[in-house]
Amino acid sequence: MQEIMKQAKLKAEELLTKGVVNRVIGWTEGDFSYDCSPATFTLDNLDKFVYTEFCGANLSKYLIEESKKEGKILVFLKPCDTYSFNQLIQEHRIKRENIYVVGIECRGKVDIDKLRAFGIDGVLGCKTEGDKLICDTIYGEKTVDKVDVMLEKCLSCKGKKHVVYDELIGEEVVEEPKDRFGMVAQLEAMTEDERYKFWQNELSKCIRCNACRNVCPACSCVHCVFDNPDSNIASKANTDRFEEKLYHIIRAWHVAGRCTDCGECSRVCPQGIPLHLINRKFIKDMNEFYGEYQAGEDTETKAPLNSYTFGDREPHEFDTKEGK
Amino acid sequence: MMKISLKNLPELYSFIAKKNDLYLPIFKAGQVDFAKWDKDAIVDLNKLKTTKSAKDVFFPQSQDLVRFEVDGKKISIDEPIMPTNKQVIFGVKACDNRSFELLDMAFVEDYPDTFYEMRRANTTIVTLACAKPDEACFCKAYGIDAADPKGDVSTWIVDGYLHWMPNTDKGIELTTEVKDFFELDMDNSAVENQQSEIRAIIDRLPYSNIDLSKFTPDKLLELFNSPKWKALSEACLGCGTCTFVCPTCQCYDVKDFKTKTGVQRFKCWDSCMFADFTKCAHGNTRPSQMQRYRQRFMHKLVYFPSNHDGVYSCVGCGRCVQKCPQMLNIVKVIKTLGEDK
Repeated sequence: MQEIMKQAKLKAEELLTKGVVNRVIGWTEGDFSYDCSPATFTLDNLDKFVYTEFCGANLSKYLIEESKKEGKILVFLKPCDTYSFNQLIQEHRIKRENIYVVGIECRGKVDIDKLRAFGIDGVLGCKTEGDKLICDTIYGEKTVDKVDVMLEKCLSCKGKKHVVYDELIGEEVVEEPKDRFGMVAQLEAMTEDERYKFWQNELSKCIRCNACRNVCPACSCVHCVFDNPDSNIASKANTDRFEEKLYHIIRAWHVAGRCTDCGECSRVCPQGIPLHLINRKFIKDMNEFYGEYQAGEDTETKAPLNSYTFGDREPHEFDTKEGK
Repeated sequence: MMKISLKNLPELYSFIAKKNDLYLPIFKAGQVDFAKWDKDAIVDLNKLKTTKSAKDVFFPQSQDLVRFEVDGKKISIDEPIMPTNKQVIFGVKACDNRSFELLDMAFVEDYPDTFYEMRRANTTIVTLACAKPDEACFCKAYGIDAADPKGDVSTWIVDGYLHWMPNTDKGIELTTEVKDFFELDMDNSAVENQQSEIRAIIDRLPYSNIDLSKFTPDKLLELFNSPKWKALSEACLGCGTCTFVCPTCQCYDVKDFKTKTGVQRFKCWDSCMFADFTKCAHGNTRPSQMQRYRQRFMHKLVYFPSNHDGVYSCVGCGRCVQKCPQMLNIVKVIKTLGEDK
């Protein structure tokens, strides 16, 4: 990780010095390893740039605003982030000509909440050694298998291929895409009541902070319906049990076919709601109904919900009784 | 002092819950938050920090104010049900307990809020010392002692026992009601030892001695105009996580929900991070996220102290440090702005 971070920093320095770009978007250091934040850099603050196992944040969405600014910006994208980038290009949300994409190697990112759930409290700093994560804590040094504390999005990684880049740095990591639909299948196998109870339990924790929406690269509306006081659904709190579901269901419908499954919604949820499962259910259904499709894989293929073929299934063909 | 074996706590809960709405840190779908106890609840007193703070018990996220029913030309008004139930909140940490005093300044002293005042009067607070503070805690910076958590009753968990000590009249009243569940505890050494351990841990926490000296009312304009806000806020998503997990955030909005037959007016938490915060007829007073971000910290560190004898509106619980999706937080603000001497 140290090596790839050094390479990334050198690359940023090189492109800034040559004037290829006038700024860089990456991650800046925090106090405890896990608390690095997205940030923009010039040569003045590049010493604060980091790339570690805690750089889970997807930087693509920041480019909506950043690419409107003067000059070209370098962005570091992990393989999964490149899907969001392509999707934003397809939706004409970002200006490709103002961006220099450096695809950066990724070996999976760590979830600090999982570390804590593992009983590792008071984390002051972490480093990776092979498959292990060694944590310096106020209660002594603790070691954990990295795979046990990885972000959900990394446990169901789409593969380590960058689908868009101007340049790649780091080693090419070969990894087969992992199964993404196991939990969705489990939910499908439940009875309606069981499934309702599962979601009731999860969604009743929602505090309507809107973090899932605000981080989501597919949620790029300038003014969201949930912020419109005339919509009658713009309450800042869930007024009843219906409303705590409404927000998430509407959001899932709106991003259906455009969600690349980047996993940011679940990463940022302060209440640990597995929001990605709602989106994955839509992805799974679309794959089954209209053929395999991965949003963001390229910038040309038309999304199944944006196109029509005579072979498309008709609404009456869906078996609603089984809840599928 | 008195003590009770941890395994007998469910009986104590059950007894308290007969006469009171009892709130405890309760585990639900992977998270621990204060919620109303029932016999099926999974209580987790070991959790250092609930995801949300304890403020909901007095200042819930959503509160119905009044309902208007329209029937032809007739409009009737249903008054809200007042919170008259007696409440006990159990397991409050020192930082959250201190936050109630700060909320009192806004909701009791400045402009009395009937609902808040009533809940506050009806509630007995049982606090719990923090056996294992974490890296994000900085209550010490605000003069809070996590080893002596105060409230109406203070408690400590040591070696399988909950040690109990009433501090106020309300605390003594509750103690009298529940005393049969306890045994006398003449030896204070177990609690005292734990207190020294806690204080020793807190002394070596990285944020315990964070320097707040820069944040004084006379520096208002200098801090407000600092060019550093831009970089501090640039990754901010404009979500409400920090404000909604915060024990001292007190802003609210009043909204109307159109029902089929009228209007339900309710009060709900607002967030200065939201684009429509304090939006007026002319538009928004703080059109950029930088301005909204600045508002949150200026309020906690400068405006609130200016209006309340220098008291900061932060208790150092560290929830924002741990919960911000992009890892921005008040400590980063204090450190970055505080270094300009």
